[in-house]
Amino acid sequence: MYDFNKYFEAETLDEAKKILKENPNAQIVAGGSDILVEIREKHIEGLELMGIHKIKELKEISIDSEGTISIGCMATFHMLENNEIITKHIPMLGRAGGVVGGPQLRKVATIGGNIANGAVSADTATSVWAYNSQLVLESADGNRTIDVKDFYLGPGWTDVKQNEILTKILIKKEDYEGFSGEYIKFSQRKALDIANLGCAVICKLDGNKFSDVRIALGVAGPVPIRCKTAEDYAKGLEVTEENINEIGKKAVLDGKPRDSWRASKAYRQQLIEICSQRALTKAAQLAGGK
Amino acid sequence: MNFTQIGKPLKRYDAAAKVTGKAKYAGDFHVRDMLIGKIYRSTIAHGYVKKIDISKAKALPGVVAVITFNDTPDIKYPTAGHPYSTDPKHQDIADRQILTNHVRFYGDEIAAVVAENDLIAREALRLIEVEYEELPVVLTVEDALANDAPEIHKGTKNIVGKMNYEFGNVEEGFAKADFVVENEFETQTVQHCAMENHVSYAYVDAQDRLTVVSSTQIPHVVRRIIGQAFEMPVHKIRVIKPYIGGGFGAKQDSCIEPLNAALTLAAGGKPVLLDLDREESIIGTRVRHAVKYKIKTGVTKDGKMIAREVSLETAKGAYASHGISPVAKQGTAFIQMYTTPNVKFDMISVYSNAPVAGAMRGYGIPQINYALESHVDDVAAKIGMDPTDFRKLNQVKEGDADPKTKLKILSCGLEECIDKGKELINWDEKRKKYANQTGDIRRGVGMAEFCYGSGTYPVCLEIAGARIVLRPDGSILMQVGATEIGQGSDTVFSQMAAEVLGISTDQVYLESTTDSDTTPFDTGAYASRQTYVSGAAVKKAALECKSRIFEAVKKRKEIAVEKLDIKDSQIIEKNSGKVVMSLADLAMDTYYSRENSNPISVDVYNQTKSNALAFGVTFTEVEVDIKTGTIDVIEIYNVHDSGTIMNRQLAEGQVHGGMSMGMGYALTEELKLHPETGKTLNNNLLDYKLPTMMDTPDLGVEFVETYEPTGPFGNKSLGEPPAITPAPAIRNAVLNATGVSFTRLPMNTQRVFEKFKETGLI
Ligand SMILES: Cc1cc2nc3c(=O)[nH]c(=O)nc-3n(C[C@H](O)[C@H](O)[C@H](O)COP(=O)(O)OP(=O)(O)OC[C@H]3O[C@@H](n4cnc5c(N)ncnc54)[C@H](O)[C@@H]3O)c2cc1C
Repeated sequence: MYDFNKYFEAETLDEAKKILKENPNAQIVAGGSDILVEIREKHIEGLELMGIHKIKELKEISIDSEGTISIGCMATFHMLENNEIITKHIPMLGRAGGVVGGPQLRKVATIGGNIANGAVSADTATSVWAYNSQLVLESADGNRTIDVKDFYLGPGWTDVKQNEILTKILIKKEDYEGFSGEYIKFSQRKALDIANLGCAVICKLDGNKFSDVRIALGVAGPVPIRCKTAEDYAKGLEVTEENINEIGKKAVLDGKPRDSWRASKAYRQQLIEICSQRALTKAAQLAGGK
Repeated sequence: MNFTQIGKPLKRYDAAAKVTGKAKYAGDFHVRDMLIGKIYRSTIAHGYVKKIDISKAKALPGVVAVITFNDTPDIKYPTAGHPYSTDPKHQDIADRQILTNHVRFYGDEIAAVVAENDLIAREALRLIEVEYEELPVVLTVEDALANDAPEIHKGTKNIVGKMNYEFGNVEEGFAKADFVVENEFETQTVQHCAMENHVSYAYVDAQDRLTVVSSTQIPHVVRRIIGQAFEMPVHKIRVIKPYIGGGFGAKQDSCIEPLNAALTLAAGGKPVLLDLDREESIIGTRVRHAVKYKIKTGVTKDGKMIAREVSLETAKGAYASHGISPVAKQGTAFIQMYTTPNVKFDMISVYSNAPVAGAMRGYGIPQINYALESHVDDVAAKIGMDPTDFRKLNQVKEGDADPKTKLKILSCGLEECIDKGKELINWDEKRKKYANQTGDIRRGVGMAEFCYGSGTYPVCLEIAGARIVLRPDGSILMQVGATEIGQGSDTVFSQMAAEVLGISTDQVYLESTTDSDTTPFDTGAYASRQTYVSGAAVKKAALECKSRIFEAVKKRKEIAVEKLDIKDSQIIEKNSGKVVMSLADLAMDTYYSRENSNPISVDVYNQTKSNALAFGVTFTEVEVDIKTGTIDVIEIYNVHDSGTIMNRQLAEGQVHGGMSMGMGYALTEELKLHPETGKTLNNNLLDYKLPTMMDTPDLGVEFVETYEPTGPFGNKSLGEPPAITPAPAIRNAVLNATGVSFTRLPMNTQRVFEKFKETGLI
């Protein structure tokens, strides 16, 4: 039995916004794979749930005339893995979706839930950030679009207000065109596990030189991060093993991992270095680097 | 041996029922008026309950009863699923109460509620208020034995037990040795994680009897334990075992049934379901002992081990459970594996404020085997010998006797197992190839071997019952006291009965429910005993049934009993093969004959006074990622000598499961406690890293079939053994890959990273 007081089923986006506004205890349930686990573990006083899975537009993945890709919040990981727009333009995100949980989970769990939940281990968060995505938040009081870099406020805490719905994730052409990427999920198990480190790296080459490198890390600090020092350092460098190794070392300077019973700080730093290097090596190969 | 039914890869008789959901497990009985029980668990690891206020919980609408340690009998009882010992000196330690005010681990059971549904029950738990008087938390052997240590059980000085023995004289042996190698090893706490958690439901029946339907490996023993917990005669108690979703030893212990009984009594006899969730099952039932080893071997230049010594210690948690048995038994394996003239063993087990260690698949042997087989590889390396040659030179063989029990080995395919394993993994070539590697990714091959008994004789009683009824259509109904818990014993028992009786298995109906009222007595599913011990009872019952059939034929047809046989459900003349009559016609006549009506039913017991050693090996190849500390198992084979293989398909299933368990033990599984509070940190299946299908390579299984004369059909144990050797084999493969001797389980990436740092590989 699940511990909540009431369930609303929103048929349209407007109705969903209205329900959230009128019911301050109402929370969205998308795939339910985070929130139902959470309420099994702890009692949330007065909790009400609102389902949004009947709202078709939230499941859409599309590309507009300017090349901006729009991913509806209710797109499941299974859809990400198999959608042509994604596999063609931003394949790393599709692959990141493909390493989440197991096959059953990927049919129900959504990218919106993954991002809105705010977990630092969320497997798509790093790709979403590497592609400099924008997040569209809608409510009965109006809509706003924010940069992913402004989205995370603290551990498990994001800028989504109770009355807001994260309706879609936007990725502009300039943020994916010409980039190649690799996502490494380092975890203790090859399925059904959360990452010890999530490492999404995309790069663009100019000849055999890095013209743009983006390294996004999950579980390397309280929230997902980008490795500014490493990225700045990388720009203009030749694609060589030594340079890539050095870029990985710089990424360690950007990480803020801590000691916990799950892994030590020293080990997490090692993972940051090695995974950044390996992901960048792969990304550079995909981009035609030598 | 020529068998018609034994050895066939017959499909499990319950396969369809299980996959279609028709098979009912203890949590599936939604009877009328069913209430929900929930346990209030302590939020400290050690201390006393100073004050407990249940008034708010009681007042909550929908709450039927709230009980605390004040409401349960002031009786201490044992929980271990051992046969009762009529000798008081050998009885299990009685240190458990249904509920307690003396909290001994984080999660100990203080109070419980019964409510109309799960949500109300959970809310009632939140309304219980407890104040504690805290005591220092004891987590290690050192803590427990300190002079000022608080006693977890009064009068024990925190010692559960000690044991030691020596054969020959190890000091003299070491003095004569060319080399002496010493190591320390450490194993971790792991949990069984059976698919089905601990679950039971209890009610008072129409005859005022306390009835508990439980997911247990030991229904008859649980009846006795409930009797002890309430000081109640067993005729007032009935225990029923429906289909079970695995136990692995955690259900060879009465963890929840006495409390469930108390809950139905508190609810006026109404049915109460007590269904532990995973988080509770992990901390609140049983775990595997974590053990520390000091091990030492003296060896001659030419590779003979002439003296071996091991000393081990364990902090085993809050209650005695199986007492020292799972630790003391390790001495047996230590001595039996290699024939060394001078051997010495000593152990100590102490109480600690941690989840309770009890029985778990292999009963202590996976731990000692990890230490011993890792150590043996280090010894072989020291004298520059191939580990397989070194083992062959020192290991037991047919004709050797256990120095302690004097039981002789009558069948032993260990050497063939090694040869088969070497061939499967391509040992000689790969050992050479992987000898001196550099680089970030390295490979290695390793192996380990084991021996394991088939039951508990002579330490414990081995008794089993079987009943066969010949039905009017010539089919048989069989009941066994042995417990089918998912391992497939019922299918194998029906093959045995069919084999002896000359019928096919679809003519055998085996009642899977065990009911302490109606099923013959048997002590249950543990010690890999059932095919060997309970199987002997089935064979005896079938033979007796067969001779009763022949007597009945003789009465009707004047043919001597010795001349008869049964084939394909036809009674035939042995020599000519001529059909005398069908079994069905005879059966019908035994029921309805006007002259000779005497339906055939037999009910036998068999006491086993032998114990055969099964043998086997694991061979594996690993790939080590030096930079991240990741160990990947690329290839793995278990080769077993379990005597006759009764059913290849089921046998492989057992081996697959054991190998997977052994791999988790080697690489990822570890129950972790907070070092100060004693709170379990990872009692859920996300943080407790049970391997998944994706982590498991193809599992190779082979059998070397010997014929064991003491087994009912030449068979020996197979239930537990497959879990024993994967961990040391993987450890030894890592040694081959990297030259680094690991001494601690699990070899998770964090720990491997640390070790590689320490040894300069990173
Ligand atoms: C077995 C299992 C394995 C898992 N493995 C992984 C894994 O490998 N990697 C990983 O990253 N995660 C994993 N998870 C976590 C989880 O599946 C993901 O985070 C998933 O993306 C959550 O999506 P959901 O649709 O199920 O979210 P829900 O549980 O429905 O919602 C999560 C939270 O986000 C809010 N929310 C949902 N949608 C919106 C929206 N559109 N706007 C605003 N708020 C919203 C909800 O109110 C809730 O607070 C696993 C979970 C389980 C149960």
